[in-house]
Amino acid sequence: MSGHHQHEETTMSPYAARIRAIEALLLEKGVLTEPEVQDSIAYMEARSPANGARLVARAWVDEGFEELLLSDAKAAARQLGMEPEHPAEFVVVKNTPGVHNLIVCTLCSCYPRAVLGRPPDWYKSFEYRSRAVREPRTVMREFGFEPPENVEVVVHDSTADVRYMVLPMRPAGTEDLAENELAELVTRDSLVGVNVPRL
Amino acid sequence: MTFEPGDRVRVLPSAKPGHVRTPGYLKGKSGWIEAVIGEFPNPEELAYGHSGLPERLLYKVGFLQSDLWDDYEGNAEDHLYADVYEHWLEPGEGGTR
Repeated sequence: MSGHHQHEETTMSPYAARIRAIEALLLEKGVLTEPEVQDSIAYMEARSPANGARLVARAWVDEGFEELLLSDAKAAARQLGMEPEHPAEFVVVKNTPGVHNLIVCTLCSCYPRAVLGRPPDWYKSFEYRSRAVREPRTVMREFGFEPPENVEVVVHDSTADVRYMVLPMRPAGTEDLAENELAELVTRDSLVGVNVPRL
Repeated sequence: MTFEPGDRVRVLPSAKPGHVRTPGYLKGKSGWIEAVIGEFPNPEELAYGHSGLPERLLYKVGFLQSDLWDDYEGNAEDHLYADVYEHWLEPGEGGTR
């Protein structure tokens, strides 16, 4: 085991080393307790894009649920057993044949973590954050999706106290799929809007 | 100063330093109030350990992409929403769909 530990130390990035040092200090000074750290890790790990996929799939098969998701997304999430507790608002925006939504946080990395967990690394990159507002169509093309010219592209910059998620359109040809099969089509990228679900 | 949905507004071109939640690319730009989101403790104060009180009104503000970028390529109706606090807004002209 000591050999493994040594390996870990030599490959730790400077950022990881720094955060370990800060964590050790916070514990030592009693600002945090070990159980609090573990609870926090468990909180984040219990959240993933699969939660968003479940919300979307339910909305696709249940019009009433879609209505709730669009008007009170936290209530909709709670209805499926999620705990979207976070001081920020949680808002879901709907793609239609005429409108395609894209989410970004130009100032930092605001993301509906209380439902979807941690954002992908690219979401936090300077490149995505600066280009998504300025050339959203080019960015989406690079992710493999090109909205038709006549579709309005709507960018949501989560600058303050709202976290956004996209409700994508249900792909054609999925009429016979069950709700859990539909959820499998819903990728994290489609919840941010850089791509769309495909069969 | 408070606004109603549909009002035309301009984002103040202020260079206030620190933890501001209004991105630089919107400063001085005109748009419209899409919705009133609600009242929240001011994040510009919260960030420095203050109470953030009194709460400030937060608006969902819409901007035409062509009003934000001279060289924007895409549908003329392409637009952007950002959440902007009341103290960053003043009555404006233009900037509507």
